Amino acid sequence: MKMHLDEKIWLILSFGMIMLFTIFTGYQTFVLGLGPPSNMETIDPQKVEETAPFDAPGVYEIGENEYEVVMILEIFRFNPGDIEIPAGSTVHFTMTSKDVIHGIQIAGTNMNAMVTPGHIQTITQTFHEPGEYLVLCNEYCGIGHQHMATTITVY
Amino acid sequence: MTQSNLAYKETLNEVEEEMEVHPKDKKLAMAHVYVAYVAFIIGVFGGLLQGLVRGGMIELPGWITYYQILTVHGVLLALVFTTYIIFGFFFAGMSKTHGAFPSGLRKLGWVGFTILSAGTALAAVMILANEASVLYTFYAPLQAHWLYYIGLTLFVVGTWVMGSALLAHFFNWKKAHPGQPTPLFGYMTTATLLLWIVASIGVAVTVLVQMLPWALGLTDEINVLLSRTLFWYFGHPLVYFWLMPAYMVWYLVIPKIIGGRLFSGSLARLAFALFLLFSIPVGFHHQLMESGISEFWKFLQTVLTFVVVVPSLLTAFSIFATFEQTGRAKGGKGLLGWLKKLPWGDARFFAPFMGMIIFIPAGAGGLINASFQLNAVIHNTLWVVGHFHLTVGTTVLLTFFGMSYWLIPVLTGRRFTKHANRCGIVQTWLWAIGMFFMSGAMHLLGLFGAPRRTAYGTYGDHPQAMQWFEGIFTSHVTVAIGGVILTAAGVLMFYNFIYLSFLAPKGKTEFPMTPDPIDTPNTPKFLENWKLWIGIAIVLIIFAYTIPIYQMIVDAPPGSPPFNFLIK
Ligand code: HEM
Ligand SMILES: [Cu+2]
Ligand SMILES: [Cu+2]
Repeated sequence: MKMHLDEKIWLILSFGMIMLFTIFTGYQTFVLGLGPPSNMETIDPQKVEETAPFDAPGVYEIGENEYEVVMILEIFRFNPGDIEIPAGSTVHFTMTSKDVIHGIQIAGTNMNAMVTPGHIQTITQTFHEPGEYLVLCNEYCGIGHQHMATTITVY
Repeated sequence: MTQSNLAYKETLNEVEEEMEVHPKDKKLAMAHVYVAYVAFIIGVFGGLLQGLVRGGMIELPGWITYYQILTVHGVLLALVFTTYIIFGFFFAGMSKTHGAFPSGLRKLGWVGFTILSAGTALAAVMILANEASVLYTFYAPLQAHWLYYIGLTLFVVGTWVMGSALLAHFFNWKKAHPGQPTPLFGYMTTATLLLWIVASIGVAVTVLVQMLPWALGLTDEINVLLSRTLFWYFGHPLVYFWLMPAYMVWYLVIPKIIGGRLFSGSLARLAFALFLLFSIPVGFHHQLMESGISEFWKFLQTVLTFVVVVPSLLTAFSIFATFEQTGRAKGGKGLLGWLKKLPWGDARFFAPFMGMIIFIPAGAGGLINASFQLNAVIHNTLWVVGHFHLTVGTTVLLTFFGMSYWLIPVLTGRRFTKHANRCGIVQTWLWAIGMFFMSGAMHLLGLFGAPRRTAYGTYGDHPQAMQWFEGIFTSHVTVAIGGVILTAAGVLMFYNFIYLSFLAPKGKTEFPMTPDPIDTPNTPKFLENWKLWIGIAIVLIIFAYTIPIYQMIVDAPPGSPPFNFLIK
């Protein structure tokens, strides 16, 4: 297969770019610990409310400016909802679904995760700026999906 | 140029004059085009309604829901229109380049068409009855009526039957011409069909083994993560199943239309072989944000996702090199003078060209989506919807529109008139302008957190949600305005279809097909070795999927019961 010089240059540039993306993504994930939410724990989706920690969903202070939110996503609400935390807090979310697939996204932040039945999802987010953040479900979960939302107030 | 190349060129020129699409093959191909455009126009009006509803401009009557329309829109445009027009193109092109189909294979083609259409009709009825408002991705444990899953199964089986007819025609040719390099059209069709068949096994397995028994009540529970994984094992190569035929138009048709020729066949073949290898083991990039798949496997498939960009970049190079060579051969001078020599007034060129230009930002957006940290910003937001309205909704669609301008009159024995050409040019502009508003606003809304697949709502007038209606450009209202322009463009395209199918004057239209490049006799043998390519593809799939799927099955949580009351 004959290749023109331009073609070789183009191919080298293409591969170079790909290598760069690969290295960058890998570095962020494995060195900086910025991988996507990928918790591997499972749960019986039909026994969520009887299984710890989801038998007691809520907001727990676990350290200075550090909170754990144990949350159940169900049609069409977040439990607990209307969360309040002080500015500068780091919040560890532990979530599962009682029914179908949901998503959780906090507008104005980078927090975004899928919450699938049978699986426990974890994700951590630090809230610096005070304000009332909109928390919404971003995976179609049925006829009332557009109503599934709550807020996190950072004071 | 070597002696064999010259001889080859001469035989080609002779062959070229003889080859026509056989009248009986025309009928089969045209049957696909009819269904495609009927699906298209219904889908377009679905899109219009979605835009208007989300913009808060209209409210739907009680008998139809937003998600029902969204299901119609996704299924008709992304699955039905594309599949039908692609198979129509394949049947016509294979008949032209490899000779008329023997009657047995043509019959097989009709059988496949019938199965495909039965499946489409069944799925459509179930969606209209509001028994299947599960969107075109039908994620469990939302559950549709079991007949919907039967419809999907028939759809896939239909494509397999038609695919077998096309593949058999190709391999018969190969057998009858031992030692000769195969025509490029056949090579590319084969790569696309093999990709489709290997990929659609995933969706067939989840529908037949998981969803259908569960919807029939034979099993109580379903493994949700496994079904999503099998779906996306299929879902990403699906986009290459749309893109590869569009690339075929770029490689094989456009050079002829602009009066040039493709300069390397081997590179084109290599690009298609690479698509077959690398576009399947990448489905996890649609599942980056979910639990149950470890970071390592997500990363691995993300790397493979980046690799599959290479054949697209190769394609871009080949196509633009062809443009430049042709423009210069026609006397274009200077750095960009050759651009002036391209046939800008020809809709058969202009529509796909606009598609190519739009693929530049669209492809860059795709790289952003795949880079996992950036994916967290845009996952399931309107950004993604903006993205694929550029890729499939514009690049692929405009290419197929450009193809329709000659394919339909070839198949119906009519002429592509000046009038039709003018309509085509206006159509292209309207589509591009409409898409600029709609997709542009969708991208920005996504960055501001507006979710996709969500009916009108302001989340109790939350300020962050209100902001999505108040921006000057970044607003659901802009999306709706873009949608109105697009609908006008869609209606004009439907008119073009009607005109070229039934109204244009009878006559002869050229099937523009570039003669195979002069390097064809030197095609390296390994490029034609399908066993090798399928083998490597399977090895890559096994490598990328075996361990995570094994874990999904062995470490599976108890399954999920059906939720079918949630969709009504
Ligand atoms: C008149 C032109 C079109 C308009 C106005 C339009 C409008 C829309 C809108 C507003 C949505 C987003 C709905 C939401 O997420 O809530 C959407 C989704 C979608 N559109 Fe289009 N669209 C058009 C053409 C197309 C074309 C040509 C294709 C593909 C060939 C396409 C494929 C899709 C798909 C696959 C979805 C996603 C469905 C889902 O999330 O389940 N659209 N469209
Ligand atoms: Cu939802
Ligand atoms: Cu993909």
